[in-house]
Amino acid sequence: MGLAKRIIPCLDVAAGRVVKGVNFINLRDAGDPVEVARRYDSQGADELAFLDIRASVETRGLLYEMIGAVADQVFIPLTVGGGVSHVDDIRALLNAGADKVSINTAGVNNPALIEQAAARYGAQCIVAAIDAKAISPGRWEVYTHGGRTATGRDAVLWAREAVKLGAGEILLTSMDRDGARSGFDLGLTRAVADAVDVPVIASGGVGGLQHLVDGIVIGGADAVLAASIFHYGEFTVRQAKDAMSAAGIEVRD
Amino acid sequence: MLDIAVVDYGTGNLRSVAKALLHVAPERTIMVSSDPATIRSAKRVVLPGQSAMPDCMRALDQSGLRDVVMEVARDRPFLGICLGLQMLFDNSEEGPTSGLGVLPGDVVRFRDERMHDSAGHRLKVPHMGWSRVAQKEDHPLWRGVEDHTRFYFAHSYYPVPDDPGLTAASVEYPAAFTCAIASANIFAVQFHPEKSHSAGLQLLANFVTWDGRV
Repeated sequence: MGLAKRIIPCLDVAAGRVVKGVNFINLRDAGDPVEVARRYDSQGADELAFLDIRASVETRGLLYEMIGAVADQVFIPLTVGGGVSHVDDIRALLNAGADKVSINTAGVNNPALIEQAAARYGAQCIVAAIDAKAISPGRWEVYTHGGRTATGRDAVLWAREAVKLGAGEILLTSMDRDGARSGFDLGLTRAVADAVDVPVIASGGVGGLQHLVDGIVIGGADAVLAASIFHYGEFTVRQAKDAMSAAGIEVRD
Repeated sequence: MLDIAVVDYGTGNLRSVAKALLHVAPERTIMVSSDPATIRSAKRVVLPGQSAMPDCMRALDQSGLRDVVMEVARDRPFLGICLGLQMLFDNSEEGPTSGLGVLPGDVVRFRDERMHDSAGHRLKVPHMGWSRVAQKEDHPLWRGVEDHTRFYFAHSYYPVPDDPGLTAASVEYPAAFTCAIASANIFAVQFHPEKSHSAGLQLLANFVTWDGRV
């Protein structure tokens, strides 16, 4: 009777709308974040992640409105990220209704941001998002700016440092696998999960339900994040949970 | 007349708590307030809290709300959530910080950096996600909530009441710890009912109609 492993559908948003790849049948408007969030909630999603893929000053207000609208009607945890570069961004997102805020590029460039944010808002709401690419067997490099900029940093060491600074969770994305639908980079997932004491969310590469199981059982992840398998109606979150449960993984009913 | 005041002392996400209350009780007047008179006028009070204990206590003092919180915690239905539970105790290891001392006991951190469950799986800190809550007593706030229902947790510290009789529920991680407190008109939870889907909403609905008696 322990802690359930979590399934987290991830939604890309821009200017307050869900973009790319949501085609649920019977949604009046697949771009409406509230409607999409409700749908995943009713399927048993344990949490929802929102990534502002075109984070800009001009559209930031729309993101806050969107998070508020979702949080007012969907009563499960929401993690929001994309373009978070200042403690004020974090406060604004939390006030809008986010429960956790993920920090990526700005945390690598300015680790003090993670430290300040965790000290002020608590480790439990600060997620360090790490995009990593394999460079040699058993070694991964951190990339920033949506995977465009190599940093020369080792992903496992950076994960450890981010936790030391105060991050309460790691959202770990394999750049090699993202979009490839060939499964998580299990070596990367396992290396980071073993290296840190905080929960690790595996991300990047899910193409089928067994990949979710593998992320937990082989990768050692505490939660699995996926986008396309859910967005295109291939599988429901409920089916994913059934598959995990059948594999002996504890999930929330 | 104000039905429910959600105490706003300047930290954390109060919106979700207020909106969840409004969702279960659309006919009630619910206000997020930092005004002592408004809080004092409410029939019921919710003390939420999200960030870190030292910041929460500092914010409570800076906002001048300590006295009114102490006052309403004595005499009307009172719900503490997460840090709003932890602040009711004497002391917290986080900081360390002195709490309000409304409830005797301390708040401590999960002990081991390398905790495991009975199957040998590693347990991480923060305790983050959905855990089964074992009810330890009949209480009006558990009405309609099945025993061992999962609620959403996100915390690294938990309460250890001096009086084990105050424990209204516990959760295993890996050892059992107190995750809900019932003491006369006070009910306080370490988990987040406002983020715990239908079970959490049920608990909030129960609070809205609770007369403060057990």
